[in-house]
Amino acid sequence: MRLVKLSEISKAVQKLVIDANHYLPYDMVDAFKTAADNEKEKRAKNILYKLVENYKTAKEGIFPLCQDTGIAVVFLQVGDDLRVDGNIYDAINKGIETGYAEGFLRKSIADPLTRINTNTNTPAIIHTEIIRGPQIKITLMTKGAGAENKSALKMLSPADGIDGIKDFVMDTVGKAGAAACPPFVIGVGIGGNFETAPLLAKKALLRDLGLFSKDKTTAHLEKTLLKEINCLGLGPLGLGGVTTALAVNVETIPCHIASLPVAVNIQCHSARHKTVII
Amino acid sequence: MTKITLPLTLEIMQTLHAGDDVLITGVIYTARDAAHKRITEMLVAGKKLPVALKGQLIYYCGPTPTKPGQIIGACGPTTSGRMDKYTPRLLEDLGIKGMIGKGERSKEVKESLVKNQAVYFSALGGLGAEYAKLVTACECVAFEEMGPEAIYKLTVENFYAVVINDIFGGDHYTKKTTCTP
Repeated sequence: MRLVKLSEISKAVQKLVIDANHYLPYDMVDAFKTAADNEKEKRAKNILYKLVENYKTAKEGIFPLCQDTGIAVVFLQVGDDLRVDGNIYDAINKGIETGYAEGFLRKSIADPLTRINTNTNTPAIIHTEIIRGPQIKITLMTKGAGAENKSALKMLSPADGIDGIKDFVMDTVGKAGAAACPPFVIGVGIGGNFETAPLLAKKALLRDLGLFSKDKTTAHLEKTLLKEINCLGLGPLGLGGVTTALAVNVETIPCHIASLPVAVNIQCHSARHKTVII
Repeated sequence: MTKITLPLTLEIMQTLHAGDDVLITGVIYTARDAAHKRITEMLVAGKKLPVALKGQLIYYCGPTPTKPGQIIGACGPTTSGRMDKYTPRLLEDLGIKGMIGKGERSKEVKESLVKNQAVYFSALGGLGAEYAKLVTACECVAFEEMGPEAIYKLTVENFYAVVINDIFGGDHYTKKTTCTP
């Protein structure tokens, strides 16, 4: 059985932290350019070009993409054919701490009541999954609060159906407004229960742009919602235009016959995430 | 595009209308959640603030740490709505003349802007790297222990923003052009 050293995990996470905050995934940059071509309003076009400029400046490695370098959300997939020489969560948090310190990134994590900053940007939020094989896959998302604060969960009734889901998504995106930094990626989690729907919505944010669900009904819902959201008039940074969202990614799992949980996780245009395989 | 050189005088504000693009040059002061809370507590207790903010422009921003050899880190705007609870008092009692942030303000803030003749601007959220290039000087002037939440005096040059709420009651965010899918 393969032995993975904790130091190797910490080092990989440290690099993920710094990279994720300076290199925006290129599908986002591509989407800004396409959206700029589709915008008729001069300001909306200019803002989308400025987002491309911001990407270029950040990738030089001096300034991070955004001053809100986020809360660290880690999707950890651990292979069943390996062992680690200690506590893997401690190793991840150590990587987060050194990454934020050495990358000159803002430490934004505080006690919820006293509001005293932990000064390390830890603890990270870690979601673990066991997979087959001898590898560890770590995906880091640095999630800013502007969009996260506008995300929502609602326990709908089965009778509300698809129309109820659509109304809730539209209402949540409308309320998110300019403060959540559009153009958004919208993650929608439908089904499961009170805690799984939001997690599903968050995972939906990791999907590559331009891909729709393989399920026909779900893909139709995604396309309908995307069209409707882009008619809200919010536009880039909420200053007007037709680019309010770049994608709506819907994920579903079965739920109780009496339930219809729906979660909407809003991702700002600084959609920072990066993956490493150890 | 209107070029503004600070301070934000009444003469300048009279020319600004909701929806105008502006380039701001001059001195602005950062303050976000913790600084607003502290300022308000000091005002309530009748204490003197460590920095004079009368007539100044507040920027809702908590920059990333400054790297060696740089002036500042990434420094885009944060959500203004979280400051709504404190803002009317800062306009009324401190005499600040404007704020830069992002997102909608409360009814109370909008009314207070008209009453106190002050302007609310939006900068572009998530463009922290681009804004860093427009800062020519940065100095911590109060509450240093708060780190990114301290008050920093920034000198900015051609800082891009959009007028959201003007002194006449205009609100750019209400002017949305919707469409039918």
